[in-house]
Amino acid sequence: MSSLFGSGASSSSDMTARKDQMKQQIQQELAIANAQQLINKINENCFAKCVTKPSTSLTSSQESCLSQCMTLYMAAFDQVSRSYVARITKERGTAGLGL
Amino acid sequence: MSSQAPIPALDEASKRELEGFLEQEQAKAKLQASIHELTNTCWNTCITGSISSKFSKGEAACLENCVDRFLDSSLYIVRQIEAQKQQI
Repeated sequence: MSSLFGSGASSSSDMTARKDQMKQQIQQELAIANAQQLINKINENCFAKCVTKPSTSLTSSQESCLSQCMTLYMAAFDQVSRSYVARITKERGTAGLGL
Repeated sequence: MSSQAPIPALDEASKRELEGFLEQEQAKAKLQASIHELTNTCWNTCITGSISSKFSKGEAACLENCVDRFLDSSLYIVRQIEAQKQQI
């Protein structure tokens, strides 16, 4: 009976599926971009901290520094996220009252 | 986001819904970008010693305060500029 309303138009369940798929794809791509950004920052900052004198290969102490540094950088990222979100929430609350 | 690939069989309401969703996700991405920037800044400001298995006490405290003081600085600078503007 759905063919009654025009040809080629997809049914509403088709459309919902399509919409959900697009949303999922958008979210996935942003998540990947976010992860890449974090990895780049970790590499940039941990390289600076751990590989102060690049030689012909990474030494084992440089490698252990890098893996500790990764963990610490992610902990710093978590801390910053929490503080930032908390502050934004707080500022929004007071700004609403102030205006 | 600039590709104008044909999106067949989506009605106006769905398009609007997707636009809204996209706006929301872009706002989230912006927030995440700020967090990356801030983490970078706070890392460089606070982690001054060599890397060990955990942060020193001072480093941990510095990280905890870093975001709030960064934003305080930002607000302070804006207020200063506004005050100077009024003196002219």
